[in-house]
Amino acid sequence: MGITFRKETFRDDYTFRNSPEHIRRFPFPFNEDAYMYAVNIEPHVVGPKGSVLENLIDVDEHYVAEMQDRALVLAEDPLRCQSLPHMTLAGWDLLELLMEQQALGYPEHFTLERDGDRWRWINRPLGIDDTFTFGDTSTLPYGPMEYITRQSQGDFCILDQRDGNLWMDAGMVTTQADWSLDFDIGMNFFEWHAPVPLAHEKGIFTRALKFLTNIQQGKPARRLNWTMTINPRLDTSPENYHKWGPDRATVTPENVGEKVHLRVELQSFWRLPRSNAIVFPIRCYLIKMDELVTQPKWARRLHRVIRDLPEELATYKGLTRYRPTLVEWLSKLDDGSPTSPGFGPD
Amino acid sequence: MSTGTTKLDVVVSDVVPVNELVTRFHFRRRDGGLLPTFSGGAHVVVEMRDRDRTRLNPYSLMGSPLDTREYTISVRRDDVGRGGSLFMHRQVKPGLEMVISYPVNLFSLDLRAKKHLMLAGGIGITPFMAQTSQLAAAGGNFELHYTCRTASLGTYADVLQQRYGSRVHLYHDDREERIDLDRLLSSQPLGTHLYVCGPAGMINWVRDRAASLGWPSETVHFEHFAAPQPGAPFDVALALSHKTIRVGEQQSLLEAMEAAGVDPPYLCRGGVCGQCETNVISSDGKFIHNDHWLSEEDHRSGCKIMPCVSRFEGKSLVLER
Repeated sequence: MGITFRKETFRDDYTFRNSPEHIRRFPFPFNEDAYMYAVNIEPHVVGPKGSVLENLIDVDEHYVAEMQDRALVLAEDPLRCQSLPHMTLAGWDLLELLMEQQALGYPEHFTLERDGDRWRWINRPLGIDDTFTFGDTSTLPYGPMEYITRQSQGDFCILDQRDGNLWMDAGMVTTQADWSLDFDIGMNFFEWHAPVPLAHEKGIFTRALKFLTNIQQGKPARRLNWTMTINPRLDTSPENYHKWGPDRATVTPENVGEKVHLRVELQSFWRLPRSNAIVFPIRCYLIKMDELVTQPKWARRLHRVIRDLPEELATYKGLTRYRPTLVEWLSKLDDGSPTSPGFGPD
Repeated sequence: MSTGTTKLDVVVSDVVPVNELVTRFHFRRRDGGLLPTFSGGAHVVVEMRDRDRTRLNPYSLMGSPLDTREYTISVRRDDVGRGGSLFMHRQVKPGLEMVISYPVNLFSLDLRAKKHLMLAGGIGITPFMAQTSQLAAAGGNFELHYTCRTASLGTYADVLQQRYGSRVHLYHDDREERIDLDRLLSSQPLGTHLYVCGPAGMINWVRDRAASLGWPSETVHFEHFAAPQPGAPFDVALALSHKTIRVGEQQSLLEAMEAAGVDPPYLCRGGVCGQCETNVISSDGKFIHNDHWLSEEDHRSGCKIMPCVSRFEGKSLVLER
């Protein structure tokens, strides 16, 4: 039995919804009633059946719609996908990784046939059946990174490793939480994290870099990050701020449940074999408040987290404007009873 | 956060003497599958079970990264070393089942380079075997300068010349041929990256000359796995695990910890990767630092030690392990 892909939009009429099964598998990012930064990195290993970790590269009911949205973003702004000249080999590494993982996890939807460097890739949901020569860019309609990331959910940053640092030298970034690949391209790890508050003082980035530069082949790692988005909009980029920024002023007590979305990023880190680069997939999951509060534990906990969030973090995440309205709305669903440990719903 | 690598179960598929000092070993997966793809410059750690003792030595992968049916390493016999190379030469035969680590690359090509200038000394040729294969397949621009003692000890010199012709330059010590290093370094096009692998003296010489001639340090890459040096036995207290251990003459501190059931993370076991870095709680004596990881300041401070290659002489040493 395969996935039933939803027909939906992430713009204009915003018909994006999660099915009841997808609400329960949502990667809720809070395992306690408060939130502060931590180097919350763990091995990226397969998790329970029915969770977003069932496969290391997750494909879900939003796949086809997300790929259509990506194509629209790229048509308007091709610079969302960039690869510096020395990163083509890493692009092939990524193509191999994503084809193998998607074919392994979802054989009814994807098939990869390899005969030496002659490869055939069948992507049934998107109606693609291509045969190409691995390593020969002229045999694909796009560069290898662009080709495969037009067929894979989530953003992808490929980080070159040299001089004891990581460099943002390639990426496909169309579902981002207010940052720009075009701005960050070529920057190193400390440069592109410069705007993050509080974490520098805690030495988090120095430790995180040390960890990431030691990621080994065959041993990927992961962490969760989160923010909030008004309307289920994947493309909340600085380039399009004028389209989504003003939405933050439209939140009212009546429309919180429909408009306010928790946005969770499942970030993973993989060593690429040929290029020795690191790929950093950032997979975005959205859930509207009306859907989230169908799980009473999540409603209570989210209320406490947002209410008690340090001001700097609320500002950085762009919540300031509608936080009081959201907290008021959530407070009605929090009877003060304790929450069970762990991330999952009760 | 766990570190270290996944292990691979392999079988020795071939053992080929290359010359009087060097033997090549071929490994295949025991289950018949393909090995993981790797990048030129990567090494694996080979586990050698020698009766009650386990040795773990790093060796560069020297085959083409494009061919993952087998891995190949070349081992130079060291008659006065700690015995790892002698074990490989004497005990390892085709059909032997061994365990090796996943590949790790601490000597990666900088793919931005307009040209890759490679300097090898002796058995330091092995990572360049893989890197030249990788670059040649992708049409990369490289030039290799290879110093060996004699023509018969010029491991793979013939293969390299056959493959790459005039891109390979050989220098034989017994014919008093020397690299004109200053001239070579001064005549490279902008955007050249320099790679050096060989004895410590050669690496230091090349790095010094490159720095003097104005090469930016980011363009100078080197790999030198220090083999752990033997030395006088010493005692160490491991504070976290409440153990006191003795490091034998032929043993490294890391090996002594492992023998006592304490397992610090490691990748290279040669003083390069930084994984096994250990804090010193107290000491009364002298450190013998042999690593390339800690800064000179760290070495002087006596607050840190790399147990894979460094030793201690003195009254007492307490480590945070």
